[in-house]
Amino acid sequence: MSIERLRLHALPVAVLLAALLVVWYAAAVGMNSAGAIERVLTPKGAWHWQDLISATLNMQRPILPAPHQIAVDLWSSIADWPLTSPRNLLYHAGITAGAALTGFAMGVMLGLLLAICIVHSVTLDKALLPWIVATQTVPVLAIAPIVLVILGSLGLTGLLPKATIAMYLCFFPVTVAMVQGLRSPQRLETELIHTYSATRVQTFWMLRMPASLPFLFPALRVAIAGGLVGTIVAELPTGAQAGLGARLLTGSYYGNTLQIWSALIMASVLGIVLTAAVALLEYLVVTRRRPA
Amino acid sequence: MSRLRVPGTLGMLLSLVPAGLAIFQPFALQGVDPIVVLPVFQGVGLLIVAVLLAAAFKSLETRGSLVRSLELIALVGLAAGLLIAARPSGDSAPGSGFWLLLLAVLFQARTSVQRLAALDGVPSLSTATAALFGAWGIYFWQVLIRAFDVPKVLLPAPTDIVVALFEHAGTLGGDFVQTVLKSVLIGYTLGCSLGIGVGFAIDRSPFLQRGLLPLAALTSTIPLVGVAPIAVMWFGFDWPSKAAVIILMTFFPALVSTLAGLQSAGKLERELMHSYAASANRTLLDLRLPAAMPFIFSALKVNATLALIGAIVAEFFGSPTSGLGFRISIEATRMNMPLVWSAIVVASIVGSALYAVLVHLERRINFWHPSIRSR
Repeated sequence: MSIERLRLHALPVAVLLAALLVVWYAAAVGMNSAGAIERVLTPKGAWHWQDLISATLNMQRPILPAPHQIAVDLWSSIADWPLTSPRNLLYHAGITAGAALTGFAMGVMLGLLLAICIVHSVTLDKALLPWIVATQTVPVLAIAPIVLVILGSLGLTGLLPKATIAMYLCFFPVTVAMVQGLRSPQRLETELIHTYSATRVQTFWMLRMPASLPFLFPALRVAIAGGLVGTIVAELPTGAQAGLGARLLTGSYYGNTLQIWSALIMASVLGIVLTAAVALLEYLVVTRRRPA
Repeated sequence: MSRLRVPGTLGMLLSLVPAGLAIFQPFALQGVDPIVVLPVFQGVGLLIVAVLLAAAFKSLETRGSLVRSLELIALVGLAAGLLIAARPSGDSAPGSGFWLLLLAVLFQARTSVQRLAALDGVPSLSTATAALFGAWGIYFWQVLIRAFDVPKVLLPAPTDIVVALFEHAGTLGGDFVQTVLKSVLIGYTLGCSLGIGVGFAIDRSPFLQRGLLPLAALTSTIPLVGVAPIAVMWFGFDWPSKAAVIILMTFFPALVSTLAGLQSAGKLERELMHSYAASANRTLLDLRLPAAMPFIFSALKVNATLALIGAIVAEFFGSPTSGLGFRISIEATRMNMPLVWSAIVVASIVGSALYAVLVHLERRINFWHPSIRSR
């Protein structure tokens, strides 16, 4: 049974990933060949196609680095330097993750608070919710440089400005999903708890909050992904010293493609880890609440 | 007719407390060494208090209706307008009377939004409520920025932004052409059509679907925008690099939604088509494509925002000397905040307009869908 499932689900993914690797190597050879011929092979004199391939896959500053080069670069940055060194990518990932998680926590708090206010007030529902939905269609990330300048001139640098931008991207999905979730109890349930003469607070904790959890967690997954993007973008314009966004920027300044790709892979891994953490939280909370 | 709720009367009456207190307070303080005090009762202040009083009386009528609410809003708006017109400016600073009157206006503004929100009926009323709320937000933004004399670097007043919008209309127009008409439109069209096309192409291959779907779903957790520096290296500073980032960002949502949409036709309908001996192409055209349209449109709407974000962020990494993202980042370092804000206004208008066009298109195409028929 499990082998059947493995064949059905893991095999296609594995085949596609292998195909991707082959295409990547082919593209690396193709895109780097002009530079390799000009800088590596021609000075040495005569060369064969074997030399060309090995040269294209091991260049100092390739246009497209080969996957094994990125893996080696990532590994050497993690293994050869202590965790506190700015040469270690885990150090940068930690800084970015810290800001993203701080912003995520702030954004979820703000989103929950707004959703609770909106659900309990007709005025806010009609006046504020349309604006929150409308801002979803606006490129909020454009506001990042402004937030950085404003907070910078107030003397705040480092973690807080980044977390503020991450918060800004996190609270929209939470608010919208929670307004929907807190309203999801049906008329029957609402009337039942009304006949028990439950107060508003009791209704909230016993009916609305549990009913909204299935809506909350998908929103949290969207929010953490958005928060990470927000943090990385926030690290760009300041000339920040540390963080994955800063690594991307310095890499692009100095034409160090390997550094860019390593930072990019690290950011992807961080995104997957953070989302998996939220999924784990969902598993723990939702299964614990489910009646035995 | 059922009894309509008329909330906020208490707020209106409470607003009379600061309004009454304001009468004998200084409205503005003029000059520096001999400070000249302009009392509220000598100028337009008394008129404002009278209008506030009239609005409070108006709010006492217990039968709410649209006309009455509009009259109330007009009165509160008049008071607010008079206050902003008489606002101490130049070398005079606002006195305690001004602040008390502003507090009274705040109370009444709150009630005016509550009254409008309490009216049930046509859906355009909710739009009006949101618009009124937004208008009050801009009003207090303007008044507070001016009254506290906040430096423009921190936060420009709305009027500063509007002025910058008109002053730099030519520059912003060029940025609009560069970012929206070149990068966004080309990247968005290519990315979405590629995603939808690949979705249709692998419709008959469950193997490829099972392989691609997990990978495509995984990309939503990855900050794809980070490929911007690589795209700039490969495709140069001009719009092709931005379009490439947008293609990558919009491709996967379009693909995932198309695949999900094509699977969404119900079993009953499929079996009906089967019983008609419909060919696979016929089933695709007549059943599964229409069923997929709502999914595809939701991806198109998500992608519209993603495309704008992609273009703007990619321009942070390097661009020719135009583009909305370039303008935002370069003017932010020059501390020319009104221009930055007006660039953001342009980007927001573009985002909302794209979204509105897509919603309109969706209503024309998915007219049969329950969520649209119910409106």
